[in-house]
Amino acid sequence: MDDKILLTIDGRELDAKPGQTILEVAKEAGIYIPTLCYYPGTTNVGACRVCVVEVEGARTLVASCCMPVSPGMVVKTDTERVLDARRLVVELLWASGDHNCLTCESNGNCELQDLVYRLKIEEPRFKIEPPGYEIEDTNSMIQKDMNKCILCGRCVRVCNEIQVNEILDFSMRGSHARVGPAFDADYIDSECYFCGECVDVCPVGALTFKQARFEGRPWDIEKVRTTCTYCGVGCQLDLNVLNGKIVKVTGNSEYGQPNQGSLCVKGRFGMDFVNHPDRLTTPLIRKNGELKEATWDEAYDFISEKFTAIKEKNGADSIAGFSSARCTNEENYLFQKFMRAVIGTNNVDHCARL
Amino acid sequence: MTNSIDEIEFTDLILATGTNTTENHPVIGSKVKRAVRRHGAKLIVIDPREIDLTKYADIWLRQKPGTDVAVINGLMNVIISEGLHAEKYIEERTEGFEALKKVVEKYTPEYVEEISGIPAEDLKTAARMYGSAKSASILYAMGITQHTTGTDNVKSCANLAMLCGNMGIEGGGVNPLRGQNNVQGACDMGALPVVFPAYQQVASDEVRTKFEKAWGVSLSGTPGITVTEVPDAVINGKVKALYVMGENPMLSDPDLSHLEKALKKLDILVVQDIFLNETGELADVVLPSACFAEKDGTFSNTERRVQLIRKAVDAPGDAKPDWQIISELATKMGYVMDYSSTREIMNEINELAPSYAGITYERIEKEGIPWPCPSTDHPGTKYLHKDKFTRGLGLFHAIDYIPPAELPDDEYPLILSTGRVLYHFHTGTMTRRAKGPSERYPESLVEINPADAEKYGIEDGKSIKVATRRGSVEARASVTGRSPEGTIFVNFHFREVAVNLLTNPALDPIGKIPEYKVCAVRIEAA
Repeated sequence: MDDKILLTIDGRELDAKPGQTILEVAKEAGIYIPTLCYYPGTTNVGACRVCVVEVEGARTLVASCCMPVSPGMVVKTDTERVLDARRLVVELLWASGDHNCLTCESNGNCELQDLVYRLKIEEPRFKIEPPGYEIEDTNSMIQKDMNKCILCGRCVRVCNEIQVNEILDFSMRGSHARVGPAFDADYIDSECYFCGECVDVCPVGALTFKQARFEGRPWDIEKVRTTCTYCGVGCQLDLNVLNGKIVKVTGNSEYGQPNQGSLCVKGRFGMDFVNHPDRLTTPLIRKNGELKEATWDEAYDFISEKFTAIKEKNGADSIAGFSSARCTNEENYLFQKFMRAVIGTNNVDHCARL
Repeated sequence: MTNSIDEIEFTDLILATGTNTTENHPVIGSKVKRAVRRHGAKLIVIDPREIDLTKYADIWLRQKPGTDVAVINGLMNVIISEGLHAEKYIEERTEGFEALKKVVEKYTPEYVEEISGIPAEDLKTAARMYGSAKSASILYAMGITQHTTGTDNVKSCANLAMLCGNMGIEGGGVNPLRGQNNVQGACDMGALPVVFPAYQQVASDEVRTKFEKAWGVSLSGTPGITVTEVPDAVINGKVKALYVMGENPMLSDPDLSHLEKALKKLDILVVQDIFLNETGELADVVLPSACFAEKDGTFSNTERRVQLIRKAVDAPGDAKPDWQIISELATKMGYVMDYSSTREIMNEINELAPSYAGITYERIEKEGIPWPCPSTDHPGTKYLHKDKFTRGLGLFHAIDYIPPAELPDDEYPLILSTGRVLYHFHTGTMTRRAKGPSERYPESLVEINPADAEKYGIEDGKSIKVATRRGSVEARASVTGRSPEGTIFVNFHFREVAVNLLTNPALDPIGKIPEYKVCAVRIEAA
């Protein structure tokens, strides 16, 4: 079973493992095959057909995302026949939706847009006929515009196969097909847990992060990788930053462990607190019963004098400190060092028990 | 966790007890669900509440709150009597088995049914499932630990895992799922009253000498007091000053009225935080901190993986990272701390904490490393106790069931359990300021079983009063089968419904953790 399979793609002799698809082998070898519905870690469905390639001896073009390699296979990924087929698919997708890049939030971050450009399509041969769905604007996290949906099904598969939240699916048939929660409910009226992974994987502008709309174009946004501040999983995520503000939060499967790109509602939509007007911006000292603004030096002097006096009068063990499960290792290290080395007590603990 | 998060998805069986993981650590919850739906793993859920995971479970044991030791002893009783235990493993790698065997003898499925309400046949089925799995992972969280028998409960989980040879193997283990981003790291760094970083005992002369040399001061060998012991120590006049960094005990700690009395009695209360929270409102000095997005550093996740955080935006106004504040205060008090970056602090940690010795910023730039990592050429440790337990032989603890400290009576006829909901985090200071999560879960709800609702004349969505011996709160009721009959569930995220006014400060004698999952409560329509 461990035998290697030898095949040829675009004239290059490659070896593959049994069970690998043409697309996987090509990707490993750095050979470009466009995809839309393909999403790693989910079932290969071969729905969009933009990944078609020519296989010698095959009756038709084959979807490379679904076709397992076989010994001696000869594959061509960029013949005129292949390119024509891809153009047709992309033109049909373009024509069947409202893909107006001028106003689309995904402009610059759209796989359909990239394909149109790459395949050098000036305009579709078919009449552009958007279905005329109403835009779903009923929650503050996810905006859904089915007029831009290309029915690739990535959102459905990550919802069911990666997050296993089992909320999204296809409904209706043919040109009426659409995706959404059961009974065509809006997100907010469904059981949806708002992990937002459907939005992260949407290749077009059908699902977008509501609060990020009109907050900045993808090319202006800086992505800063960090670790989520909420629970103990330690999800790796990208804070999308523009003008000193977090615009949105996205996952990145390339970061690997521990979350392989997945996030939850808190990590995804729970970052409004960072830029919140209630944030403390200056030290405060209580005077005549009220907390009044003070400088750092005033605050340090106040604490230092009090702590020193109490320590001298009542001993170091009359001072206690609560460190924090919310702060970094470095800060916890310093806090216990402060209590032990500066104050002189082991009265240091944190909220692990609560 | 003894084992890694990734292993959960690919193990043969998962036993989830006292963890509502799909709401509290949703990404781990997804791994459990993937294990079941995509990889054919078996799932046993032991929980009084009908949590979402019960939908994915092969079997759900709905025990009465606080009966965990009895239930686990019952599972072990069946496993031993049916010969499903790992005899060779027990003989070679553990000690104390005979004493355990003797104690669990009386925990027959029928006896356990009397205590826990779990049908004897279900207990047998679950025991056989766990006992015959090739690799089985036990997941638990605060549903196991927040009891006066929390330590016993954890030891019981360890007993069960060792009994079937599930410790020190891929896909096995006893895996506490941590609820806060760096609760693991805060423990690792010695933010505990009895240990220095990397769990080196303060009582050990040798350890103290090492830290005295490194820090250039003499150090106390007297163990300190825990968070939960501080209120009494203040009331008794032993503690006069309290320095709180990044915590909100005035919502998160048990019996808030008592705590408030203590905090008000202090000579000085210093609170360092990102918002003026309920605790800060009582402070004499408040210091503004930078939040996670405004600073560099590391967090250690629940699988011991040390990962970088990176500064993305500037802190507002004069707010500063906590490490700078501590350094400046220490320097002001005559002990110079002149770190120029968090990397420098990590270098010091590398020197003093053996399990972190090899974890440098350079090495964790792309992917975090799980400790123990004793040197810079060590890859880190995916799972603990491989081939040999840290202490040598794995020790079985023979443990008897002890009921919770405060059980229902005529005056307070129901059980109150507290915890979190998906959309909020801890005392709500962050998530309640987030638009989306607050839109999804705008107010605190009291979950109550339909049978109880009928008995006490309570309607779904109507306001009710919830009272214990320590206090009372009002909130709207959510009538739902998620709560078992006789138990109500209230979250602790909302200051308007501060459920910790109600909770029992009774502590586990060793872990000093309060019994948040069981206290006696009375309800009435408000």
